[in-house]
Amino acid sequence: MMTHTKINDFVVKFANTNGTGSASANTMFAKAIMRMGVPVSAKNIFPSNIQGAPTWYEVRINERDFLARRAGKCDIVVAMNAQTYSLDVSDVIDNGYFLYDSSKPLSDTLTSQNIHYLGIPIADICRKEFNNPRQRQLFKNVIYLGALAALLGIEFNVIKTLISEQFKTKEKLISANIYALELGHQYAINHFSCPLDYQIQRRDLINNRIMVNGNTACALGAIYGGATVVGWYPITPSTSVVDAFANYCQRLRVDPASGKKNYAIVQAEDELAAIGIAIGGGFNGARAFTATSGPGISLMAEFLGLAYFAEIPVVLMNIQRAGPSTGMPTRTQQSDILACAYASHGDTKHILLFPDSPHECFELSAMAFDLADRLQTPVIIMSDLDLGMNDHLTAPMQWNDKHKYDHGKILSMRELDSLLSFGRYRDVDGDGICYRTIAGTHPTKGAFFTRGTSRNQDAVYSEKSSDYVANMQRLERKFDSAKSYLPKPQVISNDTPSDVALIYFGTTSQAITEAVYLLKAQGINVNLMRIRAFPFQSQVATFINNHAKVFVIEQNRDAQMRTLLMSELNLAPDNLLSIVNYDGLSIPAQAIVDGVVTHCNQQQEVS
Amino acid sequence: MSFAKSTFHHKGLPKNELGLTYRDYEGALSTLCAGCGHDSISAAIVHACHELSIEPHTIVKMSGIGCSSKAPNYFLNNAHGFNTVHGRMPSVTTGANMANQHLTYLAMSGDGDSASIGLGQFAHVVRRQLNMVYMVANNGVYGLTKGQLAATSDKGVKNKAGEMSLFNDIDLCCMALQLGASFVARCFSGDKRQLVPILKAAISHQGFAFIDIISPCVTFNNHPDSTRSYDYVQQHVTAGAITDYVPIKEEITSVAGDGEYDDICLHDGSVLRIKKLDQNYDASNRLTAMIDIEEHKKRGEILTGLLYVDPTARSFHDINETSQTPLNQLQQDVLCPGERVLASINKSLR
Repeated sequence: MMTHTKINDFVVKFANTNGTGSASANTMFAKAIMRMGVPVSAKNIFPSNIQGAPTWYEVRINERDFLARRAGKCDIVVAMNAQTYSLDVSDVIDNGYFLYDSSKPLSDTLTSQNIHYLGIPIADICRKEFNNPRQRQLFKNVIYLGALAALLGIEFNVIKTLISEQFKTKEKLISANIYALELGHQYAINHFSCPLDYQIQRRDLINNRIMVNGNTACALGAIYGGATVVGWYPITPSTSVVDAFANYCQRLRVDPASGKKNYAIVQAEDELAAIGIAIGGGFNGARAFTATSGPGISLMAEFLGLAYFAEIPVVLMNIQRAGPSTGMPTRTQQSDILACAYASHGDTKHILLFPDSPHECFELSAMAFDLADRLQTPVIIMSDLDLGMNDHLTAPMQWNDKHKYDHGKILSMRELDSLLSFGRYRDVDGDGICYRTIAGTHPTKGAFFTRGTSRNQDAVYSEKSSDYVANMQRLERKFDSAKSYLPKPQVISNDTPSDVALIYFGTTSQAITEAVYLLKAQGINVNLMRIRAFPFQSQVATFINNHAKVFVIEQNRDAQMRTLLMSELNLAPDNLLSIVNYDGLSIPAQAIVDGVVTHCNQQQEVS
Repeated sequence: MSFAKSTFHHKGLPKNELGLTYRDYEGALSTLCAGCGHDSISAAIVHACHELSIEPHTIVKMSGIGCSSKAPNYFLNNAHGFNTVHGRMPSVTTGANMANQHLTYLAMSGDGDSASIGLGQFAHVVRRQLNMVYMVANNGVYGLTKGQLAATSDKGVKNKAGEMSLFNDIDLCCMALQLGASFVARCFSGDKRQLVPILKAAISHQGFAFIDIISPCVTFNNHPDSTRSYDYVQQHVTAGAITDYVPIKEEITSVAGDGEYDDICLHDGSVLRIKKLDQNYDASNRLTAMIDIEEHKKRGEILTGLLYVDPTARSFHDINETSQTPLNQLQQDVLCPGERVLASINKSLR
């Protein structure tokens, strides 16, 4: 077989069994590469199951920072689940490697492929070296990690340091893990020609980037944004947002003198109650949020309508997964766009934010609390499973101590004193955003009745048509005012003029740099716009109108963002083309390239 | 007929410690049917809050949807109110309470709101031991949708249209007891003498206080086939005890040796004095309270009064060990860990 050396540009996939403790070893593998200064990304591909089902972890190493999921087969598969051997063998690229546990011989049917086999008797080694059954299981993962270090040229000390850091409070575990690591490392050196033709070589391409998942970053954003009240109900893939929030609160939000908590987290009975709690907190002047996923959004729709109409600040973090219904709970999608933009009955619209990295998960989550207070309405963070649950290489989270929370138009006791009269829904400033008061502020001024029913501008129940219409028009005005507070779209124009453009948002961003590179190689130059918020600012319409072909790239079947753009910007269908990917896995650059090229070819054939 | 409420205050109206008359505790003019039991509840709330000398603006009025949930409009004009969505008042009250534990949360709900669409939220707010007064104005009928049977309607009774309730009723007092409420009472809206002291005690109680208030619907459930009509309730009501509320600053006279009285000291030092009509009635026993309710029901009677109280109960914030400063008043310097901490978090992620 021909071999050619691949440096810092390949994909390694680990096939494991759910619940066998492989996650920490696999994460260390990715992190070791990062610490060698080489860009890396990792995707968990896991089932909706606790234990026993197949799970994969796909690591892409690419020193050009192409870190989206690579389409097609993998270069190296570390196959630790006999159940999926045949699938895993077929997933190896020609001339690639299949590393497996050779304690049991591989079936003949699996050995006819044009790939290299690396058998390590891992179970036998563990049986010989460790007495404890749990250790025998766990150290299998550390042994293949040690072997990979030798096979790929990963600096052994880097992994040793990672192990020491991971078990820094459990000294005994450090030496045992390092022993297992050495067993694998030595076996590889003794039995194979190390390193292979796939190699990691030290670079200096990481700069100050960090590796973190989006849910942790959202949780930290909520801490920095000043959230104190959380109502939530566990649902994959959003659960870790509140888990992380709780963990950081224990560290950062407990008063050292009194030991009292400067936060309250209520695990509610369901999603309806979860957002109800957050809305109650927002109504009463606290910064409050909930986190959920698609099925939770369906249940929360009623309350979102109330918060919109009664004008109550609340933040909702929606970590999207594949729908509809229960869908694929552990697979990713961007398919809640329309459900969130228009959640609830009646003419309802909500503010949406689309983070594309953990860095932005932090930034937009913190910002969301200012926006919700300023605009007195729900603000929904549109993350997804890929962003939320996978570790990503990202710019460090940033906070400026000079930034002061924007609590919006809240009247204090003194301000109420100076007013002749107060009306909760009077548009005093003409921006559609009214002044509010918090319960308990003033003995005789400022109290009002919040309700989801129609009312006049003084918050008095009213079914008068004129009151209703004036209120609805003001809410529309407020939605328009919101645009000036929202993050602007990011426009990246090409050096050369182009009539082709890509619009994308959220995690689809990961594939863009690579797609642009691949398209350029085929002679297609594209301009780019990344949407960061809904409602859409005027730049979005301008950008679309300035290009002959605009592809909207998204991860759902029905091109929901395209629909939203057409509907909100009053665009004809012909103006926008669609590239969608909805198989539950994150979109690879090749899918974008194929979509653009196919359309361009069709156009040529027609002309 | 005028729909504007008179602003005239009689100069001789008695003033409380804050110098306020009961009219300072009133709300908007009621739009409920004339004779609605819910208006009697509103009046009792006005009196209870006035007599307790609570500053009206330190109360938050919460409700769901239905006739009962409209009622908070009709008391305490200087308090914030929130008419939420059907059956979901408990969660919103939970959030509001999380934001500021030092306000008084008076919640009005109805039989549909709490025993049907909101049964789940009702159950869980009891479990959470939220410090609030949860009143159900229970008329056994859906008023706003014109007369459908409610889940609290007794099995076998008929609504105005003649439709019979075929299924067992839900007794919210029994549910509240079973779920751990630390204050459970049942009252009749027509008996202000009983309702006002119980309301006062419920407001003083630091924990979850539940009051099921039989509140007849004059329009849809005041007919001979109803067990929630004025006539039926007046004829079948049995008081388990007469409750007096003795505020903290009033002298409590000794009742030693008199087996008819129980004095229960609440968290704030106020006292609940219970005069037992039934010598065996023990308001500190959760289990016997449930049995008593059921036994009276078997006889077609409605047991009223303070059914159970645990004056030592701990509420959510005690259990959660929440900061004494209301969470909605914590400032950015306390809440935001700042750049330096973030730099160290970033460092730990490299």
